Amino acid sequence: MLSIANLSAGYGSFQALFDVSLEVVAGEAVAVIGPNGAGKTTLMRVISGMLRARSGTLSLDGRSLSGLKASRIVATGIAHVPENRRLFPRLTVDENLRMGAYLPAARAHYAERAAWVFELFPRLKERRDQLAGTLSGGEQQMCSIGRALMSKPRLLLLDEPSAGLAPLVVQQVFDLVRRIRQEGFTVLIVEQNVQQALELVDRAYLLEAGHITLSGSARELLQSDVVRRSYMGM
Amino acid sequence: MDAIFDIFMLEAMINGVLLGGVLALLGLGLNLIFGVIDVVWICYAELVMCGMYAIYWLNAFYGWPLPLACAAAVLGVAALGVLLHLLVIEPILGSAPINQLLATGGMLFFLQSFATLLFGTDFRNLGIRLPAFEIGEIFISLSRLIAFVVALIGAVGLYFFLSRTYIGTAVRAIAQDREIMGLMGADERRIYFFTSAIGGALAGLGACLLVLQYDVHPFIGLTFGPILFMICVLGGLGNMLGGVIAAFVMGQIISIGGYFFSIEMADVLAFVLFILLIFLRPQGIFSR
Repeated sequence: MLSIANLSAGYGSFQALFDVSLEVVAGEAVAVIGPNGAGKTTLMRVISGMLRARSGTLSLDGRSLSGLKASRIVATGIAHVPENRRLFPRLTVDENLRMGAYLPAARAHYAERAAWVFELFPRLKERRDQLAGTLSGGEQQMCSIGRALMSKPRLLLLDEPSAGLAPLVVQQVFDLVRRIRQEGFTVLIVEQNVQQALELVDRAYLLEAGHITLSGSARELLQSDVVRRSYMGM
Repeated sequence: MDAIFDIFMLEAMINGVLLGGVLALLGLGLNLIFGVIDVVWICYAELVMCGMYAIYWLNAFYGWPLPLACAAAVLGVAALGVLLHLLVIEPILGSAPINQLLATGGMLFFLQSFATLLFGTDFRNLGIRLPAFEIGEIFISLSRLIAFVVALIGAVGLYFFLSRTYIGTAVRAIAQDREIMGLMGADERRIYFFTSAIGGALAGLGACLLVLQYDVHPFIGLTFGPILFMICVLGGLGNMLGGVIAAFVMGQIISIGGYFFSIEMADVLAFVLFILLIFLRPQGIFSR
């Protein structure tokens, strides 16, 4: 479904990604794990068009995404739940979801999709007229994921959904992601929370200092010495 | 003697409220542009001047009915706003704020000089004198009352547009997080064009209201442009509600100051107060 080959990207004179190749098959959940500053967020930003790649190819179902603006990439069926949630703080939950359905094709289905998101996350329904900036961290994450689901994406990008949340809430967020998976979404998730992420996905890539250093099924990575020693403290 | 004094004072206060309404409308336009695009249209009052000339020529020269001339001015200045964004703002969106100020400040002189070249420095008016009516012993000018009511309708219309429509919500959203709006599938350029058109249309509406009360000449923008900026800064730049409140405060200062001293002195008073407040609260009185 999503296919990335020999991708390089960076900011100014700083190169964040070197020759990254990655594949996500329809129906799969894939994780990119790795330490802080390895380039995980940069990878997500390149996929969703927030940042231009320096070289390499990106395609979704054979259709090239290279050079497309972020607003065009959403229309191809990729929705990005950005790092730190990035809700519109002075819009209500409902209005945030409305913005998620901004594409003309999604706008027509706003009511039914909002009902579906509220069914998925009943807490959001209770808070629908509240300003997003006043929600708790976990609720904000629900709202951010809900906002991305409003465009009914074929591929959902989740950037550090558990970052900055209390341990109990982290657990809830991973449960949310599990539920999204059961709904049949293809998911690409970036996480520092290695153990939890690997328990959730089918396959994973290890990204270190801008290079993919390891890849395989989630079970293989869970049992790999490198991952266990460096990222799970065993 | 005392009773008469009070009634004149009351009349000045009512006029202050009526003036505040029009200032509030124009302040909303300027604030909208700043809040969303992050650029100050220094030449905003000159856009109003263009609208006033448009109404004057269409009505007095080509004989269009006034409502039609006003509608044309609103649309025309909206188009002017889009042009301003496309030709002046967009090429320098990423550059330093001082360059943006210089560019839109340059537009101010350009529009003034252009109007002088085309129309000369004559003061022109529509020749319409709406009656004043009397309540108790207070005289209220009908043209000011109409201006106030229409400004209020315009402000309420803007509120509904921003809160009830998709594009209006997007305008508010992009002001809060420019980058994320792209992830929603929204084209930043289109939203900016739209915002510029709305900002221009508000200036056009302001022109309709001012042309009923004042003569138009190439430098009329200078009589209320600086006041508008003070209003927006006092309200906290980009803060719409703060701007509306500041507009009414400013309307009172000007009107009551004019009553006690003179119209020129009222402006001095307004600026002195502004300077003092900027020392005390540089972020604006009502800023978050």
